[in-house]
Amino acid sequence: MTGRGETVEKSLDYVVKAADLVKRFGGFEAVKGISLTVAKGECFGLLGPNGAGKTSIVKMIYGFSPVTSGRLLVFGEDVKTRARQIKARIGVVPQEDNLDQELTVRENLLVYAGYFRIKRDLAVKRAEEILDFMDLGEKSGEVVGKLSGGQRRRLTMGRALINNPELLILDEPTTGLDPYARHLVWQRLRRLKESGVTLLLTTHYLEEASQLCDRLVVIHRGEILEQGTPRGLIGRHVGREALELGIDARRGDLLLEGAGHLLKAWRAMGDEMVFFTDYGRELDGRLSQRAEELGISFNYRRIRPANLEDVFLKLTGESLKAEAGDSGEDHL
Amino acid sequence: MKVLKGLLKGAASRPDLSRPLVLKVFQRNLLVFRKTWRSNIMFNFVEPVLYLWALGFGLGMYVTRINGLSYIEFLAPALIASSAMFSTTYEMTYGSFTRMGFQKTFHGMVATPVSMDDVVMGEILYGTFKGVLYGMVFFAVVALFGLVKSPWALLVPIPLALMVAGFSILSMIWTSIAPNYDSFGYFFTLLISPMFLFSGVFFPVENLPPGIGFLPWFTPLYHAVEVIRPLVLGQVSWSMLYDLGWLAAFGALTVRLPMVMVKNRLIQ
Repeated sequence: MTGRGETVEKSLDYVVKAADLVKRFGGFEAVKGISLTVAKGECFGLLGPNGAGKTSIVKMIYGFSPVTSGRLLVFGEDVKTRARQIKARIGVVPQEDNLDQELTVRENLLVYAGYFRIKRDLAVKRAEEILDFMDLGEKSGEVVGKLSGGQRRRLTMGRALINNPELLILDEPTTGLDPYARHLVWQRLRRLKESGVTLLLTTHYLEEASQLCDRLVVIHRGEILEQGTPRGLIGRHVGREALELGIDARRGDLLLEGAGHLLKAWRAMGDEMVFFTDYGRELDGRLSQRAEELGISFNYRRIRPANLEDVFLKLTGESLKAEAGDSGEDHL
Repeated sequence: MKVLKGLLKGAASRPDLSRPLVLKVFQRNLLVFRKTWRSNIMFNFVEPVLYLWALGFGLGMYVTRINGLSYIEFLAPALIASSAMFSTTYEMTYGSFTRMGFQKTFHGMVATPVSMDDVVMGEILYGTFKGVLYGMVFFAVVALFGLVKSPWALLVPIPLALMVAGFSILSMIWTSIAPNYDSFGYFFTLLISPMFLFSGVFFPVENLPPGIGFLPWFTPLYHAVEVIRPLVLGQVSWSMLYDLGWLAAFGALTVRLPMVMVKNRLIQ
């Protein structure tokens, strides 16, 4: 990291601060007054289904999309008036690759360096480092059109690093990648974080969020439903374990009465019920006993650790239930 | 009216331009051009040569002299202008539309300190460069045929640049509202082809029917031909300054439009 602006911002412990941020497209409100703070050096996640407003939020942060109302500071500066200066210090990995298709891997990096007005010899050096870091050295002379999806993604990421950004914004960084390519990207992101880069990423992969994020907000329909650490959220909402029972939900309701205080949350989906608890074995014992009394049999029964997906389904599933009739909207 | 207001929102504001970054955008396109020129030189360059051959040497045999000139002498200088016009308009429609929409190049650029105004200005600069380049390549052909009669012809790049800057702007305006590639057909059929046919390239505009004889005055191609033809033939006059002034004014008055229109399309 270079020492740009160190004197002024030494005291600044946050990188992004949004207050009552609103984004409206015509009559549609995509972001409905959210407030959040991204601390220096952390990996902050915006988690939500497609269409939740995640991309709208990050586009405002990197100065692409104008703020409708509210306050948005990046590095302590207002994005409305200081976009160029802010953009010089961030790296953006967009959802859709926008590499220069006709140019080679190395040329892509050098051309992009030009937009930051990085001197040629420094750009060449930086490009070499990035090719090495992103494991693209062998492909440096290859035209982008000939790269695989994973290689393209790594190049897009590498390109976003050309200016040594203090904040790296990634919009769905691994969507459409195979598991191997995805893990490769995650690995690099962890190394970047270790080197002090602040990461802000949007994702709808729960696994990605729990692997990478120190803190995250769950976004649904333009609003923040919850925020915290991945573990904290799991503990608060669903507890340590999930007991999955293959059972008709209508009959399963009868079981609930036997669970008592052990039960933190539950959900029913089709012919499966999931009970969340901190005391998996005990709950399992009780429910099995109760089922026997009632003469209900299970198709299957298993205990697994609870995860972010459970939190997510609980949070968004409930809000969907509240608006019965339009249940198809969660994937818009 | 409301639609128009939406398209032109911000037209009265000052553009947010950084000269070095405009140049970076231009250089990016130049780098791509250096790799791909072989594949698109065909319709920008070979086609006007075919016109020169077919109409100049072929049809020209049957045409009596125009204003004391053989037909090919009359036609060749004007084809310099029209070939420049075509290369610019193709680049700034199909080319720019690809960069703007399909390749999302503009999006990539504005995620850096480059502003959208820089991007559009860089595009216009590139379209202008390309038009002048192809126009001058065709000029060389005209010279090879022995049709350049005067050293004044060395000034041809000036009217050429002013004209293709205008066409860059016009094309970018169309590109900014084009829903898809097919819509460029309208641009060429309704605007560019009629200009090509009726702006004094193939015959003097005085021969147009009286009711529509004033129309060529509104086209950049007409004014460029009015300057380039006398330069090539060595028949310079003060009235050429008027045409140069028209071309410069056209560019200056319209250049802000594509910037706001592209921005209003891409940034919401």
